[in-house]
Amino acid sequence: MLLIPCPWCGHRDESEFTCGGEAHIQRPADPAALDDADWADYVFMRTNPKGRHRERWCHSHGCGRWFNVERHTLTHDIVAVYRMGETPPDHGEADGT
Amino acid sequence: MTRYSIFSLARNALGYHRGWPRAWRSPEPAPTYDVVIVGGGGHGLATAYYLAKEHDVGRVAVLEKGWLGGGNTGRNTTIIRSNYLWDESAHFYEKALQLYEGLSRELNFNIMLSQRGVLNLAHNEHDLKEMSRRVRAIRLNGIDSEILDPAGVKTEVPVINISGDVRYPILGASLQRRGGVARHDAVAWGFARAADARGVDIVQNCEVTGIEIANGRVRGLQTSRGTIATRKVGLVAAGHSSVLAAMAGLRLPIESHPLQAMVSEPIKPVLNSVVMSNTVHVYVSQSDKGELVIGAGIDGFNSYAQRGSFQVVENQMGALLELFPIFSRLRMLRQWGGIVDVCPDASPIVGKTPVDGLYINCGWGTGGFKATPGSGWAFAHTIAQNEPHELNAPFTLERFSTGALIDEHGAAAVAH
Ligand SMILES: Cc1cc2nc3c(=O)[nH]c(=O)nc-3n(C[C@H](O)[C@H](O)[C@H](O)COP(=O)(O)OP(=O)(O)OC[C@H]3O[C@@H](n4cnc5c(N)ncnc54)[C@H](O)[C@@H]3O)c2cc1C
Ligand SMILES: [Zn+2]
Repeated sequence: MLLIPCPWCGHRDESEFTCGGEAHIQRPADPAALDDADWADYVFMRTNPKGRHRERWCHSHGCGRWFNVERHTLTHDIVAVYRMGETPPDHGEADGT
Repeated sequence: MTRYSIFSLARNALGYHRGWPRAWRSPEPAPTYDVVIVGGGGHGLATAYYLAKEHDVGRVAVLEKGWLGGGNTGRNTTIIRSNYLWDESAHFYEKALQLYEGLSRELNFNIMLSQRGVLNLAHNEHDLKEMSRRVRAIRLNGIDSEILDPAGVKTEVPVINISGDVRYPILGASLQRRGGVARHDAVAWGFARAADARGVDIVQNCEVTGIEIANGRVRGLQTSRGTIATRKVGLVAAGHSSVLAAMAGLRLPIESHPLQAMVSEPIKPVLNSVVMSNTVHVYVSQSDKGELVIGAGIDGFNSYAQRGSFQVVENQMGALLELFPIFSRLRMLRQWGGIVDVCPDASPIVGKTPVDGLYINCGWGTGGFKATPGSGWAFAHTIAQNEPHELNAPFTLERFSTGALIDEHGAAAVAH
């Protein structure tokens, strides 16, 4: 079980949260210009790294707010927590390292 | 290969069972192969077996970073069935079930297939309607499936609680009598032994670390045991599929999640079939040793850690006791997790990739053990002919751009 630091409520049990999957997937700015492959990439393709992963969580049984977490998918270490709209802390790209 | 038989058993008994030969060789990897399969789980080994048996492709190797079947193949709850909704899935999973029915004989290895029946429970009005639609669709595809009322469920599973005084009463069930379980390790070992006997090199402790591509074509692989030149590579790495695809610059519609299971202390036979419930979210069968084998849902977050969260265990136990109050004082012995490759439409990807000579077989998620022989059979065809078989033709990577998804969440999201 993860212990997740909500930016508003502090550390809480994972069971209070819902994971919303990969973060920073931008809705295409000009949807009409996209072809089917671009749409597939936006809707379905995921990075799924073995390593640091930036993902969205919602404190659904707490304050109800969404925020971002950077977490290692092998050790489950939470490397950073930051609010929606904030730029991720800069320690290199989240990746498969 | 020494054939296993009652005679070889008797002969070896005379020698106190010290004379059994090893089941497969352990060769050094050769510098070149015609086809290399990455991943020594059931699906990879079955692919290699059918490549060697049914296709003339030259030298074949299977590279496994750990030990054979150490991935999801050796971690799953071994449920086999073919009661899927859509025609595409029904035909593919039914092919696998039919191959399973002859597999012990085919491989000369007892995979301990036990067709004890699989029940999927209905707990509300919606479940009942959905079940009757599903059972009819399955029967139209020529696959056995029937509907039971609560009394019928009680006859099949005497220890189940069909009382109406619970939060999620049992209102009925679908039953596939040809469904059941098999020994997971035996499936991996049987395919390994039979593939080895046909000349396939099975190389364990050999991790693929890079894929060499030139002009859009596969040229070879980098591994922890040196470089291997080859023009055809089949990736069959389940939870690690995205990691391998990234080595070829590809992105997949897959996310890796932990899936857990556990076994109880062994007890006398009480449960003669496999019981699953999507609504309360648990499934259970009893092993030949007497342990209850219990499975649950995936953790909600991405992970490669082969362990799961405790609240999933709690939910799973609550659901089990809802169905079987009689199990309330059983102790659980062991719990473990595997990393499953979850696809958005709960269907697998078995086919070609944009890189020439690179083929992929993944996305089986929580339910690919039942498909092992059929998946290997169709994937071998795809690699040998450079063209999918009609059974796996709908299961392409392109379906995510064409939109021709095969939504099997009803058949595969909870039930495995
Ligand atoms: C707890 C649990 C319960 C399940 N229950 C059921 C069930 O009841 N019924 C059912 O049908 N399915 C079930 N499944 C799903 C089923 O186990 C899988 O879909 C199936 O076994 C996948 O087989 P595979 O051969 O593709 O993968 P695996 O057996 O995982 O094999 C993949 C192999 O690739 C290797 N590999 C990875 N990366 C590399 C690399 N870089 N180089 C070399 N090798 C590599 C891994 O070590 C692994 O051995 C369950 C899964 C789990 C985890
Ligand atoms: Zn909060």
